[in-house]
Amino acid sequence: MVIIGAGECGGRAALALRDLGYDGPVTLVGDEPHLPYERPPLSKDAMTGEAPAVKAIATDALFAESAIRHIHSVRAVAIDRAAHVVHLSDGSSLPYDKLLLATGSVPRQLPMPGLGSRCVYLRTFSDALAIRAHLGAGNRIAIIGGGFIGLELAASARKLGAGVTVIEAQPRILMRGVPAEIAEIIHKAHEAEGVAIRTGQGLAAIADDEKEVAITLADGQKVVADLVVIGIGAVPVTALAAEAGLAIDNGIAVDEHLRTTDPDVFAAGDCCSFPLAVYGGRRVRLEAWRNAQEQGALAARNMLGADEAHAAVPWFWSDQYGLTLQIAGLSDEGRSIVRRDLDDAAFILFHLAEDGRLVAASGIGPGNAVARDIRLAEMLIAKRAKPAPEALGSQAVKLKSLLAA
Amino acid sequence: MSDWVEACAAGDIDEEDVMRFDHAGRTFAIYRSPDDQYFATDGLCTHEKVHLADGLVMDDIIECPKHNGRFNYKTGDARGAPVCVNLRTYPVKVDAGKILIQIG
Repeated sequence: MVIIGAGECGGRAALALRDLGYDGPVTLVGDEPHLPYERPPLSKDAMTGEAPAVKAIATDALFAESAIRHIHSVRAVAIDRAAHVVHLSDGSSLPYDKLLLATGSVPRQLPMPGLGSRCVYLRTFSDALAIRAHLGAGNRIAIIGGGFIGLELAASARKLGAGVTVIEAQPRILMRGVPAEIAEIIHKAHEAEGVAIRTGQGLAAIADDEKEVAITLADGQKVVADLVVIGIGAVPVTALAAEAGLAIDNGIAVDEHLRTTDPDVFAAGDCCSFPLAVYGGRRVRLEAWRNAQEQGALAARNMLGADEAHAAVPWFWSDQYGLTLQIAGLSDEGRSIVRRDLDDAAFILFHLAEDGRLVAASGIGPGNAVARDIRLAEMLIAKRAKPAPEALGSQAVKLKSLLAA
Repeated sequence: MSDWVEACAAGDIDEEDVMRFDHAGRTFAIYRSPDDQYFATDGLCTHEKVHLADGLVMDDIIECPKHNGRFNYKTGDARGAPVCVNLRTYPVKVDAGKILIQIG
């Protein structure tokens, strides 16, 4: 078994193969020097914690005990599907029976001239360390893109005392996947913490003299920063699969079993697009921690012949200041919204399809105020439940009781 | 020797639910199972120190509100990624409608 990509997904898949009792060789190939580690902390604790350290998904001892061969700091450069061999950047090659592509995604590049060493992206632990070095009090940080990475980073930078400007081309932050009502709460939280947010602002020019960066906005205003972090989305890493002749469709195209167009090659996590059963097979690609975990484990089961279909409901979270946002399902499947208010100004928006089916739930509040109800909503979504809107909207009605119904 | 500490009244927790209990600088989670028994564990998830009392109880399982790490709250056993370290459990008894836990 060979796994290309040693992130959350590849790492989970390798461990899962052992958990499932597979005792043949398992090789995990990654282009970073580290064992698989958790990326969510990179925009949060790795920035604000006292001594940033890689948070491995499992201990070195567990990987060693599991006899997982980890080839690090090396890329896969070609797949010879006919010969069942992967060629690596160090000139070596690995034979496989089943291959898993967990190549992840990389930050979308800003297609503008003028970017230099003070214009950076955040994806890896070493990216995080480089950014962290600039987040001291008094430093000026500009963030291009009001998505999750940018906003989490903005919150971390404010915590450390840096001045922060967020520039977003869309009319509001978090346009993709987050309802306006919730984006507004997050927008206000950032402003209350002293972040300047410029929405609806295109970029006219960027000039990086390697000491500071001058950004000219479309309306002529200038933002000068010691560091610019670009967070405008991610693109799946598909070149290896494409060159091997596998089908690509907004990611490496897989079926509900995470199989590519070659039955011996699977793909999972950020790099793949797959049919989401809960929405009638709608093809999606998810860039989320839990999806990477679940698909890694599912791919492992199917590499061993389980033939199990993907059935999970998408779920993700974001932490900014004391607020946590959690979303289960895809809110763009909804046609109407029911609001449920919880204690401490927390609330959940339930997104209902035309036929009354619950298709998504978006919640925000302090700490983990919305967690339990979002989890129950996720189960209701998985059941394709059609709960009464009045019940969803009333805090007096326990969601757990709707699940039993 | 360790003492029994009064945590709450039996009726304070719904069936198949959990409540946070702080005592002497420590935090615990007290559970009432669907078959009406009481259990206690450390209050924080072993993955990222999140309060488990904000999580969801389903049958014998408490699920962490943050990243869905699962534990059997009766035994403390970790049940899959991302948690790999078990949760410490504590003896519980019900005495005259009060829930007492033995803090070691």
